[in-house]
Amino acid sequence: MVPDDLKFTKKHEWIRVDGDKGTVGISDYAQGELGDIVFVELPQVGAKVKQMKPFGTIEAVKAVIDLYAPVSGEILETNPELKDKPETINSDPYGDGWIIKLRIEDPGELENLLSPADYEKLLEEEEH
Amino acid sequence: MCWIPISAKEKKEMLSSIGVESFAELISSIPPQIRIKRPLDLPTPLSEVEISAHMRELSEENQDLGHNISFLGGGSYDHWVPAAVSSIIERNEYYTAYTPYQAEVSQGTLQTIYEYQSLICELTGMDVANASMYDGASATAEAALMSYSITGRDTILASDGLNPAYYQVLMTYVQGLGLRVRRIPLSAGRTDWNRLEEMLDEGVASVIIQNPSFLGAVEDLGQIGELVHKVGALLVMVVDPVSLGLLKPPGKHGADIAVGEGQALGNPTSFGGPYLGFFTCRREFLRRMPGRLVGTTTDSQGRRGYVLTLQTREQHIRREKATSNICTNQALNALAATVYLTLLGREGMRDLALLCLQKSHYAQKRIAEIDGFKSVYPFPFFKEFVVNPPFSSEKIIESLAQKGIFVGPDLGRFAMGNGFLVATTEKRSKEEIDLLVEGLEEMARGH
Repeated sequence: MVPDDLKFTKKHEWIRVDGDKGTVGISDYAQGELGDIVFVELPQVGAKVKQMKPFGTIEAVKAVIDLYAPVSGEILETNPELKDKPETINSDPYGDGWIIKLRIEDPGELENLLSPADYEKLLEEEEH
Repeated sequence: MCWIPISAKEKKEMLSSIGVESFAELISSIPPQIRIKRPLDLPTPLSEVEISAHMRELSEENQDLGHNISFLGGGSYDHWVPAAVSSIIERNEYYTAYTPYQAEVSQGTLQTIYEYQSLICELTGMDVANASMYDGASATAEAALMSYSITGRDTILASDGLNPAYYQVLMTYVQGLGLRVRRIPLSAGRTDWNRLEEMLDEGVASVIIQNPSFLGAVEDLGQIGELVHKVGALLVMVVDPVSLGLLKPPGKHGADIAVGEGQALGNPTSFGGPYLGFFTCRREFLRRMPGRLVGTTTDSQGRRGYVLTLQTREQHIRREKATSNICTNQALNALAATVYLTLLGREGMRDLALLCLQKSHYAQKRIAEIDGFKSVYPFPFFKEFVVNPPFSSEKIIESLAQKGIFVGPDLGRFAMGNGFLVATTEKRSKEEIDLLVEGLEEMARGH
């Protein structure tokens, strides 16, 4: 089940919007496909990211993937728990496994993202 | 000598196994107009006895370091290779194997690589070492690329004390990436720290310093680490592993990446290769390190085992986003280095370094006493130094070679003025050094 308060990228990142701030993570589907996550490379606080450009990487046992920013903005916070317990993303991808918080530069960019329903549709297509 | 049979029967078997009737059919796709329409112009066949004699004749024209006295420097050195090295690396389990791709079935090979990495870390004082690179030059270039990927900055500062051959390889590696390499000039033969300080800014990814330098200088490294880190750049040090028996290791100078040529550790000079490059870095940069890496783990029954670890950085998994396009190592050369370091141990490496230091200083002192041969560089050196003769270096190098004494390379080849390098390893006896000095004296008298 995909939480209904989120927006998604086609690359499986989610963003939860709270005013001009957003919390970003990866979807339950993405963590399941990756398997055991062993390392997360996080950006510096204060760094600027651009919509759909890489801001970090996630390393699982068999693969490393880039993390794409759902919207442009400035990094406000990174999840300190991931340094020692990157597997938190596996156990709670939509909660304690969040990855970054950022200040949203242009709320208009949220229009480019998928709604939970559209994202579920995307997953159905990927599974076929 | 190998004997490879090729009788009519074998030719036929080979042709039929790839599904063609004749040799003519095999090459039918090659346009007729570019084919040679006559038999190949080859010498007549020789008997085994004749060919063996012919090959021996050819091989006797080679000049080798068993029949000459080598004072050659510039990155490849005539150190002694103990007999135990070849007796271990020539075991066919090691000798015939390539870098392990089906890695975990090769526990013995993985263990030797793990030992190699551990020894290199101990020698350099760095946190992690990879399974080795092609040579010192490629390791240096990879270090520059790694500093770019860590910092996202595009300027590399390289001291003019860096081996010019390494500099060329570095320039080749950075070409496609749009990186800028700026050279830090020398002052009295050593890196000019004032100029470095002026050149350092927040656009600099790394500073590459070779110690001892190409000219043999032991750099006055002082607070180099702090200076470079102040602007957020990385310190890359290129070091001679033998010098680390005496000199402060790069880990203690605040190096972020330390690399070097590993030939001196149990590998013959072999006309330039194959060698091995060693590559080390600080723990925090582990995931940005190029190349293979062996780690330990425990199996399902709790026994110690060795694995290729962090392969997700590598090209076969991460494709174009890999840390490097190197997916291999110089396994056999690295094994030679492992055996060598294990044989010598901490004490042995110190004794070795001391011998090189003392012999090279004896040689330098004797040469500087010859009329007109006063040394122009006042810097301290380890096993290699510059000779500035009052006449052509090229002539000296040639005429000494006639006597079976090799010196060089000629600094003129690198537009570094009239001079040549002399390296004195532990192998050189006092008599051999005296022979070199006599040779030079004779030429000085003739002028």
